[in-house]
Amino acid sequence: MGLSLDEARKVAHLARIHVEERELPDIANELSVILDFMEQLNEVDIEGVEPMTSVTPMKLRLRKDKVTTGGEKDLILSNAPLPEQGFFSVPKVVE
Amino acid sequence: MGLSALTISEASTLLDKGEITSVELSQACLNEIEAARELNAFSWFDPDLVMEQAKSADKLLSNGNTSSLCGIPIGIKDLFCVRGSPTQAASKILEGFRPEYESTVTQKLKDAGSVFMGKLNMDEFAMGSSTEHTVYNPVISPWRSKGSEKPLTAGGSSGGSAAAVAADLCLGALGTDTGGSIRQPAAFAGVVGLKPTYGRCSRWGIVAFASSLDQAGPFARSVEDIALLLEVIAGYDPKDSTSYKGEVPKYSNYLTGDVRGKKIGIPKEYRLDGMPGEIEEIWEEGKIILKDAGATIVDISLPHTEFALPTYYVIAPAEASSNLARYDGVRYGYRAALDSNTNIVDMYKRTRGEGFGAEVKRRVMIGTYVLSQGFYEAYYLRAQKIRTLIKKDFEDVFNDGVDAILTPTTPSPAFALGEISDDDPIKMYLNDVFTVTVNLAGLPGISVPARLDSKGLPLGLQLIGRPWEEGDLMNLAQSIESNVQFNHKPQRWW
Repeated sequence: MGLSLDEARKVAHLARIHVEERELPDIANELSVILDFMEQLNEVDIEGVEPMTSVTPMKLRLRKDKVTTGGEKDLILSNAPLPEQGFFSVPKVVE
Repeated sequence: MGLSALTISEASTLLDKGEITSVELSQACLNEIEAARELNAFSWFDPDLVMEQAKSADKLLSNGNTSSLCGIPIGIKDLFCVRGSPTQAASKILEGFRPEYESTVTQKLKDAGSVFMGKLNMDEFAMGSSTEHTVYNPVISPWRSKGSEKPLTAGGSSGGSAAAVAADLCLGALGTDTGGSIRQPAAFAGVVGLKPTYGRCSRWGIVAFASSLDQAGPFARSVEDIALLLEVIAGYDPKDSTSYKGEVPKYSNYLTGDVRGKKIGIPKEYRLDGMPGEIEEIWEEGKIILKDAGATIVDISLPHTEFALPTYYVIAPAEASSNLARYDGVRYGYRAALDSNTNIVDMYKRTRGEGFGAEVKRRVMIGTYVLSQGFYEAYYLRAQKIRTLIKKDFEDVFNDGVDAILTPTTPSPAFALGEISDDDPIKMYLNDVFTVTVNLAGLPGISVPARLDSKGLPLGLQLIGRPWEEGDLMNLAQSIESNVQFNHKPQRWW
């Protein structure tokens, strides 16, 4: 199944990955090859089969809704590329 | 033979007796690391930090600490968060990241008194089978084909871990295995590598790739060393919701050498067309060894094997696209330089476009596609159903009394760097054909060196075990190990 340039552009946008227009044909092509490879999955009869959602048979554990850690603002911000006045910073999102 | 070439158990005995110190042992490893820069196995190390730890270990030893890992130099894949040390998952997008916390398994290694030697090179975010897709330079295998100087791959994604153990840069190493990333490099490098049962080792503090497949595990030069490492790193961790609560047995007690009565399955689906004759031969030799040791060999069928790779390449990228959404240029790592009127979506896109390498982008986009509206059922849900069938294949043979499954680890010996072209991703993916089923089913798997091929390159055998039965699995692996007596080392050229 071939992916069109529009579809490749859309998937790059959804993945939040910038790609140049000139790169799109190669990307569309590479993704198409991989999707083709996946087509074999259509040969399998999956009627009545449950999807696997847990690798080992175990219940997801619950814990008490209690604060266990906190107050580590400086540690948390220590790796931020552009921290400002004790906050993470992002480009303006509201006018 | 230098100190750095000792096995962990040998070194541990000498340390306990006071015949060597951790300072001497660690210094010997540092010297080897310095001399082997050409291999690009280590991505980062700090001699002062190493010596500081070695001195503390010597103090513990003189106070009577008898932990088998006390004072032992261990290398750590760049995927594990180590407090205060660069942790980049071999990606530009984590440039400059120094975690303020420690992964559970590396903490356990530290608590046991081992010496953290530094970070080991890998494929970016563990996506790859050759350690060529890395922000650092590609790992070059210490092994070379007879009469050739062509650089070969150490395998991937834990290529640095395998190369470091094979070239005697450290005594053991940690890697991770999502589709074969411990077992394939171990096979290529002529060392032992174990992927434990999913849930056996905590995933907390390991940079996530595909959470339902990822598992940490050890590399070493003997099965016994693997047992010593697993005893320390395994165990329940409340910080990992899929961590296994069962107790961790003393694995070294399982290594009795007695494999009589064990039933070993040989899956017919693993016999591939065009597989090199030498791979067939080691498989045959493995069967004979186990049979002579008193095990029963039976032919089995795992009928959905051929669908494992395409299933994996739906599920792993889907989980990766979700896990890697956190790299947004806001909280840590790299952020693209932008002018002041760039909007936030462009900031994300630029940061990720510049920060991720080609293979990571490819997989994130594939994952995004298979999870997107209108395609989810056709790809992701279908793959999850086929994963159920693949797991059931294994459950059926285990229910029939099979104790372990024997296969080759890889369909070929190590290939040359650059040999598998970047625009043929499927060819690279085929490296995982024998290993990926194990991750999909959450089982333990181990690769042991079998012998050298006609070109002088290592080939490995894989044993796949029942869930949580790593002890029995290592016992079987040791039976092969003691029989083949693989004492080969790469000829030093670096």
